[in-house]
Amino acid sequence: MFLVFVETREGKVKKSSLEALGEAKRRAVELGCEVNAAICGPHLGCLHPEFFSYGASKVFLLENPQLAQYSPQGYVLALHELVGELNPKAIFFAATAMGKDLAPRLAARLGVSLASDCTKVGVKDGKLEFTRPIYAGKAFLSFTLKSMPQIASLRPNVFPLIEPLSQAGEVVKKDVSIPDGAIQGHVAEILKGTGEEIDVTEAEIIVSGGRGMKGPENFALLKELAAIIPRSAVGASRSAVDSEWIGHQHQVGQTGKTVSPNLYIAFGISGAIQHLAGMSSSKVIVAVNKDPEASIFKVADYGIVGDLFQVIPALKEGLKKLFAEG
Amino acid sequence: MNILVFVKRVPDTESKIKVNRETKSIIEEGLNFIINPNDEFAVEEALRLKEAKGGQITVISVGSEESLTTLKKCLAMGADEAALIKDDLKETYDGLRTAKIIARAVERKFPAFDLLLFGKQAMGADNLQVPSMVAEMLDLPQANVVTKLEVDGQKGTAVREIEGASEKVVFTLPAVVSAQKGLNEPRYETLKGIMAAKKKVVPVITIEELGLSKEDVAPLVEATKMDMPPARHAGKIIQGTPEEAAKQLVSLLRREAKVI
Repeated sequence: MFLVFVETREGKVKKSSLEALGEAKRRAVELGCEVNAAICGPHLGCLHPEFFSYGASKVFLLENPQLAQYSPQGYVLALHELVGELNPKAIFFAATAMGKDLAPRLAARLGVSLASDCTKVGVKDGKLEFTRPIYAGKAFLSFTLKSMPQIASLRPNVFPLIEPLSQAGEVVKKDVSIPDGAIQGHVAEILKGTGEEIDVTEAEIIVSGGRGMKGPENFALLKELAAIIPRSAVGASRSAVDSEWIGHQHQVGQTGKTVSPNLYIAFGISGAIQHLAGMSSSKVIVAVNKDPEASIFKVADYGIVGDLFQVIPALKEGLKKLFAEG
Repeated sequence: MNILVFVKRVPDTESKIKVNRETKSIIEEGLNFIINPNDEFAVEEALRLKEAKGGQITVISVGSEESLTTLKKCLAMGADEAALIKDDLKETYDGLRTAKIIARAVERKFPAFDLLLFGKQAMGADNLQVPSMVAEMLDLPQANVVTKLEVDGQKGTAVREIEGASEKVVFTLPAVVSAQKGLNEPRYETLKGIMAAKKKVVPVITIEELGLSKEDVAPLVEATKMDMPPARHAGKIIQGTPEEAAKQLVSLLRREAKVI
């Protein structure tokens, strides 16, 4: 049996968790076993019925009022108890901020090694074989784990959802008991950014700016462009972030975030090694740069040699028209 | 405040990485090594906490003797003491193994502490595992990928980055905190610091001394393959005026690449 930790935020199931469920389902079918899901929180009554169509045959609701706010210790306590009961072959997390925080803690509790931020999962001699980028994508490592259960976190936006199944499932509620003093730290408050921003690691399309943007005020152009593209986010190169033109959370590259969107559009980014490492697993790359010799063109599927300040408005108009037509 | 900071020596982020497919490892010859940039934020944060509240900073690295250079850099930045846990195994990409060594070293050699500071992840293995694992092994609260840290008595508050927002985490001390870009701006070493660091003796601790056997620290990650990313090739340069090129790009992205 595969167990998938499903993350909810403000009552909604995260898409990357459904991706992890889908990949668990594909591998579980190969190994002839089923997939269960686990959700932590208080009063988890209001799950969307479509949930089961993404691959889980059983969902465990791990409930305790103290799990209302995320706490690594509380969540690990709840999951560890369930793992002891179910004895799963593998446990999958989405490699989200929460997944990356929680999975290693659970692995340590179980005394097992962990495959972080995987971009591919296969089966080799009855075991799972994980593939993940190392050195921010400058190389790739495939490996198996000698410890059981096999725990992995899967990079968002990489694994496709399964075709929805018409299966119903079973919901099992479990009250988690949390001893006094077991939770020594927890989330107190979510501090929202400006509106409903999508993180670069989750975006399907990234419009990214570098030195060629010339100043902080011009990042507004990219924000306007992102605003008309569904599921998109604004990225930036290290030099743009170091010049304080935009916040560090937007930085793509080895010293920032490694991303794999469907489309990455680089405006005025020359293509330093550490930047290319962080974005070259994007499915399609577009580069707009004045300098025809810029390294970014060596990895770009489409390039425009020209002034980005003339290209952006034209691109915006073109996309607006396209999306209006549907 | 007694702070332990954990640092790692990693290949420079500006270097090209080459892979030996047979040994399933990276080729280290010709690589320039630096302190893991995330760890520099951790060292800087420790220095700022010490400046505000007093205390002692000990910087610890698990690695080969070459990591002494990394530790000396931290001493030159202003850390009080350093220690090397000598581990001659090359990169194992196994976070659990490193966490086991660190947790045991803390228990046996550095039991008095208020804060364990890490960089969020080592550039290279990119695991983001060790801080959480050490926190679990030592039964401590954790705050990872933090961009703000405040300590008041036995209480800590941190802001950590999540998707499209951040969250405020409250915890009690002692605790594990991992640093990332945005937390602070690491200082440069001063000449005086470099001179003082030269004179400091860095004790070397072996894994055996920590009471860990070969089996205890045997890697559980078994590499089956290491490779370079699939090569990308330069594609089409779209000609024409900016307006024409943009129009054509939209059409190509829809009809040919099918990504919008």
